[in-house]
This record gives sequence, C-alpha cells and structure tokens, in this order.
Amino acid sequence: MSKDKKDSNSETSRRDFLNMTGSAVGAVGVAACAVPFIQSMNPAADTLALATIEVDISKLEAGQGMTVTWQGKPVFIKRRTAQEIKEARNVDLKDLPDPEKDEDRVQKEEWLVAIGICTHLGCVPLGQKPTDVHGDFNGYFCPCHGSHYDTSGRIRRGPAPKNLAVPPYEFVNNTTIKIG
Amino acid sequence: MRWQQTKDWIEHRLPIFSFLDKELNKYPAPKNLNYMWNFGSLAGIILMIMIATGIFLAMHYTPHVDHAFNSVERIMRDVNYGWLIRYIHTNGASMFFIVVYLHIFRGLYYGSYKAPRELLWIMGVVILFLMMGTAFMGYVLPWGQMSFWGATVITNLFSAIPVIGDDIVTLLWGGFSVDNPTLNRFFVLHYLFPFLIVGLAGLHVIALHVHGSNNPTGVEKKTKKDTVPFHPYYTVKDLFGLGVFLIVFALFIFYAPNYLGHPDNYIPANPLVTPAHIVPEWYFLPFYAVLRAITFDIGIPFTDIVLIEAKFGGVLAMGGAVGILALLPWLDTHPVKSARYRPTFRKFFWFFVIDALVLGWVGGKPAEGVYIYIGQAATAYYFFHFLILLPYLSRNEQAMPLPASIDDAVQARKKYGAKK
Ligand code: HEM
Ligand code: FES
Repeated sequence: MSKDKKDSNSETSRRDFLNMTGSAVGAVGVAACAVPFIQSMNPAADTLALATIEVDISKLEAGQGMTVTWQGKPVFIKRRTAQEIKEARNVDLKDLPDPEKDEDRVQKEEWLVAIGICTHLGCVPLGQKPTDVHGDFNGYFCPCHGSHYDTSGRIRRGPAPKNLAVPPYEFVNNTTIKIG
Repeated sequence: MRWQQTKDWIEHRLPIFSFLDKELNKYPAPKNLNYMWNFGSLAGIILMIMIATGIFLAMHYTPHVDHAFNSVERIMRDVNYGWLIRYIHTNGASMFFIVVYLHIFRGLYYGSYKAPRELLWIMGVVILFLMMGTAFMGYVLPWGQMSFWGATVITNLFSAIPVIGDDIVTLLWGGFSVDNPTLNRFFVLHYLFPFLIVGLAGLHVIALHVHGSNNPTGVEKKTKKDTVPFHPYYTVKDLFGLGVFLIVFALFIFYAPNYLGHPDNYIPANPLVTPAHIVPEWYFLPFYAVLRAITFDIGIPFTDIVLIEAKFGGVLAMGGAVGILALLPWLDTHPVKSARYRPTFRKFFWFFVIDALVLGWVGGKPAEGVYIYIGQAATAYYFFHFLILLPYLSRNEQAMPLPASIDDAVQARKKYGAKK
C-alpha cells in the first residue's frame, strides 16, 4: 500500500493526470458530437413553419364551438353563452387547483380559445359539441382518467394538474383569429 | 474435400465448433431442472420469430401517417400470407411477454437472482425494459386509434419530469404532438431495439454459462453426479416444451387472432377524437395500474408544500415497479435460494403473484370508484413485498434443512416416490 502511494507521488501521478485530462477532453468531444444528433430529433424547420394559422369564426353562434388543428394539436374555439361567461367569472379563485381569472384567459369574453389537450396525459377532452358530455362544471370532460374543466377551460377536478393552455392568438378583425 | 478437413480448417481459424460443442452439447446442466426452465430458450426462439416476421412485415409497411394504416390493411388483405405473418407478429408479442413473465417468476421463486447470478438477473431486467419499449413502439405502427392515443398518453408521461419534461416530450415527438416524425422514428427504433435485445440476450447467456443454471433446490452443483450434458437431455426437453408452446401459439393465431388486441385499433388514428377507454396492451396493465394508483400529491404533511406532483409520482412508481427488480439481489439476502426450503417466503411468493394479477385486472378497468382503491392497495402491497417483507424475511426466516447436493435431493425424492 505504502509503496503504491510513493509511486503515485512520483512518476505515475503525472501519467494519471494526463490520462484523466485526456479522458475528460475526449468525453467533452463525444458529448459535443452528440449534440447535432440529438438536435436532429427536435422539430424540423418545416414543422416549425406550420406555426401560424388563420381561422374564420364568423359562422359560430353563441354556444357553438369549432376545433381546428394548430401545430398538429386540436385548438378549441368556443363562442360562449352569457350563462357560460357568468359561470366562468363567478368562481372563487380559492376553489381552483390552478388559480387563474377568466379575464386573464380570454381576450374577448365571448370567445374561449384553448388548446384541446388535457394537461394530464394529452387526451382530447369532450365538450365542444352541445351533445357532448361537459363534466361536472359544464365545460369539458376528459374521458381518459376523468378530468373536469369549467367553461373557461380551467381544471376543477381530476388528475390533470393545469388549466387547458391558451395558445398565442390575436383577433385580426371581428371574424378572424390568427393562432400562433 | 472431406467434411472433417473443412471443419478442422475452419476450427483452426475460428473455434466455432469447439465453442458450440462446449456450450450446447457437453455443457453440464443440473439434472433436476423442471419445466419452469423451458422459458429461457423459448424466449430466445420467440425473439427470432419476432425478428423474422418483423422483417417481412417491414417489406410492405409504410411508416407515414397517411399510409401506415392502409399499408397494414394491405398486408392483411392483399399481400400473400400477409395476414399470417402479421398475426404471428402481433400475437407473438403477447406470447413473448407471457413467456418472459413466467421466466421472471421462475427466478423469483427459486431465488435465481442471488449470488453469483446478480448481473445475469440485472441484464434480464434491462432486456425487459427494452422489450417494453419495443412492444410499445410496435403497437404505434399500425396507426389505429389505440396506437395514436397510447403513444400520446405514454409519451406525455415524460412531461411529468420537473423543469425539462416538456422539452423532452417535444424531442421525443419531433414536433408538437404525436405526428409523422414520431411514427417514423418509432419505426426505426422498433426495428433497432430487437437487435439490441439479441446482443443483451447473448451477454445474458454468457453470464449464465459462467456458473450454469440455478435449479429447483437452489443448491449449486458440486460434482459430476449433479449434472447431465445439455444435449440430448435438455435439447429434447426444450424441444418438447417448444412443441407445446407452438400449439398454444397456433390456437391464438388461427382461432383467436384478435382476442388479445383492442378493436379500436382497427379505426384509423384521429388526432381530434380520443376513444372513450384507453387501455394499453394486456402485458402493460399491471404497470398501468401502478401509474394510475398515485392520485395524490406527495408533500410535507400539514403544509401546502408539494414535493412530487401526483402525475410525476405515478410515473416514478411505474418505472420503479419494473426497476425494483434490479435491486432484488440486495433486498432478499436470505442465504437459502429456493422457495422450496423457505415455507414463509413461499407463501408470500404466491401472495405476490396474486397481487400482480390483481394489478393486471384493475389496470384494465376504468379509473373510478372502488377500482382506484383496489389499485392503490395492490400497488402498496407490491412495494411492501419488495421493500419491507423480503428484507425482513432475509433476517428472520428459519429455512428448512437443505439437501447436501442436487444428487441427494434427487435420490431422496426417488425414494419417497417409490414408497408411495
Ligand atoms: C422484440 C421483438 C419485437 C416485438 C416484441 C414486436 C412487437 C410488435 C407489436 C406489438 C406490433 C403491433 C402489432 C399490431 O398490433 O398490429 C408490431 C408491429 C410491427 N413490427 Fe414488431 N416487434 C418486434 C420485432 C420487430 C422487428 C425486428 C421488426 C423488423 C423490422 C418489426 C417490424 C414491425 C412492423 C413493420 C410492424 C407494423 C405492422 C403491424 O402492425 O402488423 N418488429 N411489433
Ligand atoms: S389525459 Fe385527461 S384525464 Fe388523463
């Protein structure tokens, strides 16, 4: 043991140092080489280019909804009834698992625009069609593991942790929305 | 040239014949192996069947969201014997899991994971992970409703990882949802993984042949009296088992080819409509039940501080349910291997089997009402078995006396049988 120590104090320690620094530089090099390969798996330029769409919403009556595809994801657009708006606004924030005011989730109170993907594990909740199940809070219901969302797309009960996401969008004019 | 000369010529350069002779012919195997020892070689044969049928399917399959479903239907209707090749492949996946699960339970019962076979066992667990990945990605390929939504739900599990979860999911998808890039890479990986499994299975067998098979007594072989040469004793026994297995396999292929599948997968994938009930393939159900059992956040009691969100907790528990197998050699440290000589352990082994079956059953039920509680109780018992019971028994269980050798045990059984 003690002999080993002595050795490593003299000549071997230099070699050890070279071995270690050499290996470290090699490892960094390999890691750097992995970057392009891993990046190649991320969304490609043309996938990213599909990032905005314009939607004509002139045909929707109050209480009706339409679902469009944006970036491969369903986006719920719903023209809410006065009753639905009232329900969304008359909620105590303390009752919400993911507290957010309805006013902060919509740009015009009649129009709810939200990504139709359950924040639990990604199923599409029901509730866009009048004949759908709407869940216990009159909004959306995810059949996969039973998440209930309200008329503002906020999670109220079930395993989903977050409210339905709101995509970036703007009203181009009164009857057209640009998403993305 | 005579055969012997050719053989010698090759042998001199590549000692393949002596290798085969040593590992498959003379290879001394415990003489008391029972039918539970058939499942290893069976698993290897099924792996070959899966690769062979998969390659022929791949000649007709198109990994594109617009064509995948139709190309599989074309395989079923127009390609000569396509229906047969596909049904072998589809049901073969189920058979593979049945066989491998039995193979694992064999190891659990006879303590095959204990020294000196820990690495052999761990490589088996890695193979299990790879098999699960392969089967999951294969199920996505026909691009039916279950393919699509199964892929969506399972890839979304990664979003539960704190901070980097969403980026990982985007990376897996190659887009913003399960889409064409996802299908394409799943096909490539589904093609690749089985060959990684072949490599690992090779290492698995190399490690096995260092110390040889465990056996029903769990007592290591000591003298020549304890063993028989692998050929013809176990080649014949394995072939007989293969015959029985193929009968069962053929019954599924020809009489109930879709029994183990889900009808919704014959509906083309629709990213805008989720089927009412998403269930994974039967072989994932126990783990799916564990995933869904964690419905509560884990935090510091009496405060609002959440350490692990329910979603992430479920993911950790599910991964842990498989991963914990790898730790088994250090959880069960009882010196006696085989349950045959551990009466208490034996009882709990069977409780564990029942628990696993219960998990599989609730995994297929909707997550509501009483099923949630059954799933939670069964999940708790699953981890209790590994983390508390086995370490406890390791210290406190009084085992029965072990036979002095395999040969002794065999002779004793013979005498006992003769008296009866
Ligand atoms: C570990 C071995 C393998 C397992 C467990 C496995 C499992 C599966 C499963 C579960 C499916 C879905 C079947 C269905 O529902 O229709 C599938 C499909 C497929 N697999 Fe494999 N597979 C394996 C090896 C391979 C290999 C080596 C290839 C070679 C390319 C391959 C090619 C395919 C193709 C093309 C499909 C799509 C056609 C179809 O769905 O029937 N597989 N696989
Ligand atoms: S995906 Fe919606 S509740 Fe699980």
